[in-house]
Amino acid sequence: MLTLTCPYCGVAADETELHPGGEAHLARSGPDSADADFESYLFLRKNPRGVHFERWRHSHGCGKWFHAARDTRTMQVWGTYPAQVTEPPQDLLAAIADRTA
Amino acid sequence: MSHRLPAGGRLIDRSTPVRFTFNGRYLRGFAGDTLAAALLANGRTLVGRSFKYHRPRGIVASGAEEPNALVGLGRGDRFEPNQRATTTEIFPDLAAESQNHWPSLDFDVGAVNTALARFLPAGFYYKMFMHPRPFWKHVYEPFIRRSAGLGKAPAAEARDADRYEHFHVHVDVLVVGGGVAGLAAALAAARTGRRVLLVEQNAHWGGRAPVDGGEIDGKPAADWVRDAVQELDGMDNVTLRTRTMGAGVYDHGYVLAYERITDHAPEDEAPRHRLWRIRAGQVVTATGAIERPLSFAGNDLPGVMLASAVRDYVVNYAVAPGRRTVVVTNNDDAYRTALALHDAGLEVPAVVDARPEGGGALMAAARARGIRVLTGRGIAKVKGLRGVRGVGICTQAGEGGVLDVIPCDCVAMSGGWSPVVHLWSHAGGKLAWDAEEAFFRPDPAQAPSGAAGTAVTRAAGAANGHLGLAEALADAVRAGAAAAGTEAGPAPAAAAREEAPMLPVWVMPANAAPALRRKAWLDFQNDVKVSDVMLAAQEGFESVEHAKRYTTLGMATDQGKLSNINGLAILSQSLGEDIPAVGTTTFRPPYTPVSMGAIAGEARGALFQPIRRTPLHGWHEAHGAAWEPVGQWRRPYCFPRAGESKPDAVRREISATRASLGLLDASTLGKILVKGPDAGRFVDMLYTNMMSTLKPGFCRYGLMCSENGFLVDDGVVARIDEDTFLCHTTTGGADRVHATMEEWLQTEWWDWKVFTANVTEQYAQIAVVGPNARKVLEKLGGIDVSKEALPFMRWTEGTLGGIPARIFRISFSGELSFEVAVPANRGLELWERLLAKGEEFGATPYGTEALHVMRAEKGFIMIGDETDGTVIPQDLGLDWAISKKKDDYIGKRAQARSHMTDPARWKLVGLETVDGSVLPEGSYAVAAGRNANRQRNTQGRVTSTYYSPTLGRGIAMGLVLNGPDRMGEEVAFSREDGGTVTARIVSPVFFDAEGEKQNV
Ligand SMILES: [Zn+2]
Repeated sequence: MLTLTCPYCGVAADETELHPGGEAHLARSGPDSADADFESYLFLRKNPRGVHFERWRHSHGCGKWFHAARDTRTMQVWGTYPAQVTEPPQDLLAAIADRTA
Repeated sequence: MSHRLPAGGRLIDRSTPVRFTFNGRYLRGFAGDTLAAALLANGRTLVGRSFKYHRPRGIVASGAEEPNALVGLGRGDRFEPNQRATTTEIFPDLAAESQNHWPSLDFDVGAVNTALARFLPAGFYYKMFMHPRPFWKHVYEPFIRRSAGLGKAPAAEARDADRYEHFHVHVDVLVVGGGVAGLAAALAAARTGRRVLLVEQNAHWGGRAPVDGGEIDGKPAADWVRDAVQELDGMDNVTLRTRTMGAGVYDHGYVLAYERITDHAPEDEAPRHRLWRIRAGQVVTATGAIERPLSFAGNDLPGVMLASAVRDYVVNYAVAPGRRTVVVTNNDDAYRTALALHDAGLEVPAVVDARPEGGGALMAAARARGIRVLTGRGIAKVKGLRGVRGVGICTQAGEGGVLDVIPCDCVAMSGGWSPVVHLWSHAGGKLAWDAEEAFFRPDPAQAPSGAAGTAVTRAAGAANGHLGLAEALADAVRAGAAAAGTEAGPAPAAAAREEAPMLPVWVMPANAAPALRRKAWLDFQNDVKVSDVMLAAQEGFESVEHAKRYTTLGMATDQGKLSNINGLAILSQSLGEDIPAVGTTTFRPPYTPVSMGAIAGEARGALFQPIRRTPLHGWHEAHGAAWEPVGQWRRPYCFPRAGESKPDAVRREISATRASLGLLDASTLGKILVKGPDAGRFVDMLYTNMMSTLKPGFCRYGLMCSENGFLVDDGVVARIDEDTFLCHTTTGGADRVHATMEEWLQTEWWDWKVFTANVTEQYAQIAVVGPNARKVLEKLGGIDVSKEALPFMRWTEGTLGGIPARIFRISFSGELSFEVAVPANRGLELWERLLAKGEEFGATPYGTEALHVMRAEKGFIMIGDETDGTVIPQDLGLDWAISKKKDDYIGKRAQARSHMTDPARWKLVGLETVDGSVLPEGSYAVAAGRNANRQRNTQGRVTSTYYSPTLGRGIAMGLVLNGPDRMGEEVAFSREDGGTVTARIVSPVFFDAEGEKQNV
């Protein structure tokens, strides 16, 4: 059972306090998008063996959505960060690249 | 004849006899005995029948790994099947019964299966019980269910009489296993001041060391154990628990442990079991090792036991499993059993050692006592029917020709040891094959890692493959110190291990003839033999996971603690592969079974799920409401009067409402405030309708879809002011809808200036419904509810009869209807005053069923009835509620997908049976022909169906292929009995199609 630290309230939350939200940083495909783009947005999800950027909600805590970078194989958590970004923070990406290289 | 030795027994108290029953007969043991020890002391070697062949089975082990000695324990509400006699401590009047036999343990009809064993090979069930098909249900399954299975289930009416609880703890270091390694690791960690929890599954500390002998720090192992426990007990940062099994290790240092608090003392008031939910910074698994059986013919007869278990019974309980015990081994450790038996005055006619050169110092010690040692020999077969009468000796290298027969009544076998790697493996730790000891040991390079990406679990002692006392202690100190983040200090002093190498022996003798392999058991509990695994390999089940499922090896309640490695070795041998190349099956928690009660904890009865109560709940209860659960709410289904049936009550409530005045507690309806400068923009995305054009003071019915296009919720939106919308949702949808709003606002449109608040429980809401609804509100006074002041789909606020209120003029029944929202704490007052003022109109409280019938009479859809997650608004004829002007809303793009625009989608219609009857719920409209699964083709289905007291007939709604174009057509609907009932396709609006009743 995972422990993730909510970047809003700072609580190291048990997985039972959290609600999973799947892959992070999806770009919404709106009404005029092509079928393939919409299919990708709605149904196709990354499922890497390794670092995965994913969404979580501190649902039994402060209620905020946030992002986590988690290794699906080792369960290492590289970091958590707010949901209001379209891509992972550069310093987090750099840290991951640095240590997984 | 008593098998209790005159002296010794380090765990029993001879001054406290304990009387208990086994199969209804009184037996005696001593305080401190396990049930297994006490049964053996009474000469009960036969304790059960095997799963498949009903072969007589006896006690094999002395601990959690026991496969055979499973019993039913307790009576009535406390009866529990499949309890291991080896881990059950006896207490006065304990009641145990043997399992899996009929009519009696000593004479079992099912044992005839043994004679048929040749015809019940691996995969027999898959091969034999497939054809002919109908036989499965009527012949095979009942037969298998009666003859297979272990213990019987508790009686259906039984209710667990005990209490259980959960316990949450956070510790720096958790040590699982209280043998000498666990104690040493705990001491090393605790001396740094870290918070340490040490758990031990047995009632006693020290594990095997006090039995196996040896000195630690210059004192007997038992004394060192006592001193270590005393030191730990004196430390404030240490918690110690016996009778607590580390059940499973999960991600990020989460561990479940299972404490059996009162199993040995049922008169105690404490909870029976406690589930420890532990979050540990570091976990040390000091779980020891388990001895492996040897695979020789007849190794399942009662009286054939693990060598270490024989020694445990003699030393710990002063119980002699046999008077004449032959020891058979492939390693030095089993000589300790020969020595213990000899020292207890029991006969050891021979030690049969498979190794051509025999063993080392321990063998010499046995010979020095005059014990005969046969090297390079094995057991060809065990003689006896229900117990051991003797063993046939052969050369280990041969095919099993008997050289000599040694009479005996017990066989102590040792095939070497396997570290208990279960907990290490649970959270992803990998294993390495140790060819010298022929076992899998934890690979420290591939330890389970935690959130920081570093190791969070360490194995220690025998669990880490260190079988010698000195080696185990040194390893444990290293592990404990590392877990506490410090350098390891000196380890307790003990003699280094001096043993001759073991010889892997997977079948005895090595080239055993087929007849012997068919009698050589691997998995005692599931009756899997050497020949079964060989057959599986021959038939192409090469993956260990497939072979396991095909043969059922290791799939019984003991999860193959004794059989896994032996079975794996046979499989790899048959495949001509190395053992590590074949690999292990997956170790899954729990390590040994955990009671369902412990998993449930306190969450049962009223505490299973909290009930949400409206402000009127108490009134409903006092007035005899028949309840219906709606999510976590309880809503009145109807209010039956004395002697009135529920259907009659529903009809009365509907008639009263349509004729005069009904009152509904609508407080459970979701109420979500959406507020801010961008609120209009936001509700336009949430709803398919154009909501932003709604003027303050107005209401509009709206639909919410998922991004997948499917209709997920509906309700009336009221615009409170320029910045504020009040969104009503379904009762069950409030929390979900609110969560969806938050998700979009936080993760997609985070720059929009909108706040949301779920205010569902802040208000009591009462629907005042019927031709006299306006009159009763006017009697309360304070708010102008005239047709002119408050037209349909408008709302107003003010003080109603002295209570601050909002009144929404909306209708879900087709009647003149007002929904009145007041602060929750004024709800009951309003309800009672409405009843009083409405008395002259026959004011009638109604429940959810009347609500449902009245909405169906009007053709209003219900989320969850007309929708099921695959239905879009267009299917329901709700195109009028989908804005054509908006560029976007959630679900719009999905509704343009080809499948969503397919004209062949089933569409909503009304359905009237030709004979006036009520259509069966969930019934399908049948079409000509059959599909590939030989089922009838369908062309529609019923979504709602009721008896309408207003119309005096059955009415229904359903989704039908091309339905709206087929008005008047008759369609056949399936009935449960296989017949059909004919219904006519009609408009879904059955009542007051012009809306005259609500437009007054
Ligand atoms: Zn939080």
